[in-house]
Amino acid sequence: MVDVPSDVLAGIPPAEVGEVDLYHPRSWWTRYVFSQDAKIIAVQYAITAMAIGMVALVLSWLMRLQLGFPGTFSFIDPSQYLQFITMHGMIMVIYLLTALFLGGFGNYLIPLMVGARDMVFPYANMLSYWIYLLAVLVLVATFFVPGGPTGAGWTLYPPQAILSGSPGQEAGIIMMLVSLILFIIGFTMGGLNYVVTVLQGRTRGMTLMRLPLTVWGIFTATVMALLAFPALFVASVMMLFDRLLGTSFFMPTLVEMGQLGKYGGGSPLLFQHLFWFFGHPEVYIVALPAFGIVSDLISTHARKNIFGYRMMVWAIVGIGAMSFVVWAHHMYVSGMNPKFGFFFATTTLIIAIPTAIKVYNWILTLWRGDIHLTVPMLFALAFIITFVNGGLTGLFLGNVVVDVPLSDTMFVVAHFHMVMGVAPIMVVFGAIYHWYPKVTGRMLNETMGRFHFWVTFLGAYAIFFPMHYLGLLGVPRRYHDIGGTAFVPASAHDLNAFMSIAALIVGFAQLVFVFNMIRSLSKGEDAGGNPWNATTLEWQTPQTPPAHGNWGKELPVVYRWAYDYSVPGAARDFIPQNEPPASSTPKGAHP
Amino acid sequence: MTAIVLFMAGIAAIAGWWLSQQRLAAKPWLEEGAVGDFPGGSSMSLPAAKIGLGVFLAVVGSLFALFVSAYSMRMQLIDWRSLPVPGLLWFNTGVLVVSSGALQWAQVSARRNDSENVLTGLLAGGVSAVVFLIGQLLVWQQLNTRGYFLAANPANAFFYLITAIHGLHLLGGLVALGRTIVKAWRGVEIPRLRLSVELCTMYWHFLLLVWLILLALLTGWADDFVTICRQLLT
Repeated sequence: MVDVPSDVLAGIPPAEVGEVDLYHPRSWWTRYVFSQDAKIIAVQYAITAMAIGMVALVLSWLMRLQLGFPGTFSFIDPSQYLQFITMHGMIMVIYLLTALFLGGFGNYLIPLMVGARDMVFPYANMLSYWIYLLAVLVLVATFFVPGGPTGAGWTLYPPQAILSGSPGQEAGIIMMLVSLILFIIGFTMGGLNYVVTVLQGRTRGMTLMRLPLTVWGIFTATVMALLAFPALFVASVMMLFDRLLGTSFFMPTLVEMGQLGKYGGGSPLLFQHLFWFFGHPEVYIVALPAFGIVSDLISTHARKNIFGYRMMVWAIVGIGAMSFVVWAHHMYVSGMNPKFGFFFATTTLIIAIPTAIKVYNWILTLWRGDIHLTVPMLFALAFIITFVNGGLTGLFLGNVVVDVPLSDTMFVVAHFHMVMGVAPIMVVFGAIYHWYPKVTGRMLNETMGRFHFWVTFLGAYAIFFPMHYLGLLGVPRRYHDIGGTAFVPASAHDLNAFMSIAALIVGFAQLVFVFNMIRSLSKGEDAGGNPWNATTLEWQTPQTPPAHGNWGKELPVVYRWAYDYSVPGAARDFIPQNEPPASSTPKGAHP
Repeated sequence: MTAIVLFMAGIAAIAGWWLSQQRLAAKPWLEEGAVGDFPGGSSMSLPAAKIGLGVFLAVVGSLFALFVSAYSMRMQLIDWRSLPVPGLLWFNTGVLVVSSGALQWAQVSARRNDSENVLTGLLAGGVSAVVFLIGQLLVWQQLNTRGYFLAANPANAFFYLITAIHGLHLLGGLVALGRTIVKAWRGVEIPRLRLSVELCTMYWHFLLLVWLILLALLTGWADDFVTICRQLLT
């Protein structure tokens, strides 16, 4: 595969030699459908994830309609409301965000950013997408089976998830668990690719400390996902056994409708431990790629090197490691040993330190930068604000005594939507505006982009900022209709109606974004190879969009880190990673 | 959850050791120039497939560590009734050791370019792995006829579940081994076969190790260890 002429590299010791043969498609089917090219797989992942994300968006509308105008929409009954909640949460967290960040951005950016021709195991990579698609289809199919999708909440807590009375108890929960198992198998195939490509597929000169932070974020998140998803796998398999074969892993002795059930002795708490052992790292599986991408967006669009690159890398790795010892902070009200609560509150607050370091470093990167308020930059700035907001309420909820009264209120809903809903989705949008020109060769329309940004950003705040207040009032979450509860003032209902209208507007604004993406494919302004004057390798490809094999005849050679912006004395305000030092020969060969 | 936390600590130690070799304290903004000008930073000389398998084994290890965690948490509850250990399990264990040994032999032969012994080793490893799987099914049958049904007790359920998951992993390995055997049968040269043989051997040894740990757990040998872990937490 490596066909770099030896004279260019005479002085460079051999390293990073991928021995994997590049697969060459021979037909339309293997080129665009069953493609083994990571760039095509990335687009497939992204389109599937966004399509299923639109379903989740519609579900959130339905929920907001019910909350904002209770009693008005007779077609939303309590069971359906629970089903909407469950499917919205599950789709957004796993099938949209995880798949889009790792399967979408990971597949597109890792090979290009590390200077590889493709992922190291292209066949497994292709399988990964098709199994993911199957998982999505099984998930969608639950809407059409008798009883509908499961309404157990996205955490799927037993015993209620599989008891009669929970919506979707018949087939919905079974298919949900099967879909999750499929997703995990598919993800593992892709994840092995992302990790090994970063370890082994890097081009010459691309040391770990020269990697863009995007790659660091996706790499660390993938390692975490590979280790954390098995917990969800184990929990899903065991719950499937409980549901289908009558075992009692999680199911306690229950009297149901006056009759002693078939289950006995199981531990629902065991499920919670397994679920959150996956569930908490999952937050960072979504957040770390966002952290990485936003670092690159800020640096590029502020024309300044990232502040504290080493500290950013250490923080990513540190957060990744720490996130495995905080899981039980989701279980303060589960009745577990209070001493554990103290331990997990401590680790939770400690993890705020590397996270805060990252926030400071982003702000210091902006400080005295040559800030271009492009659409990607706007989204990146919105991310920082939103993430800080969500992080601060996280400090509230990380403490046991504050969490106990707040844990079943809208405050928690507001918190996690800010920190792992709105914040990562801001990065997703920013990243799409940033890399769309590379993927398609055309720019997205700027005016529509700005409209999309302002409506989404302000709208998201209009939805979730007042929600904190509702939570502090004590408005409970997961309720179809709170009715005439004494402690909820009438103004809370007005606020709910306002938030619902905002949600509808924000949802419609996404159609502008979708329209922009489709329209710009043919009508967008020609982007050229490097419209943002960025330094990283993906902008230095010989063709845009990058052709099969990415780099033409020669793999790029890397001479510098990813953040040489506004270097004093340099001719331009950026120096690409593959540009040789001025003092060396044009070919960059060192004697 | 002690087992999985210990496992993760082990992974963290390996990752930390590896990261410590990667000059994470370097100042990349000062290091302009060809990579040869600066020490370190090159990737490992191992083939990608081997690293891929290593990462995959970490994933599988995490899966089994989680099963062990769930097992040790669930067994504390009062309804737990331990299973008797069928004698056949010991035979099966012996067969799996033979299987691993045969593949090790195939690997050694591959390094010596001894193609005949490679094929024999691979075949012996494959056949004994199949015997192991059949033996496991017989164990299930024996337990079932003696009335230890899957849903009767969590100890039974865990026994069937964990042996099934281990068996499925071995079955997956047999697919890879089967392909390697076909290649060896067709007379593919040893240098092109060596990597496949090494990967199979690595996977087999890992599954043997996992099996020995699971056996200790399922037969109650590891009870003392589980108790110690539990006391660590309380």
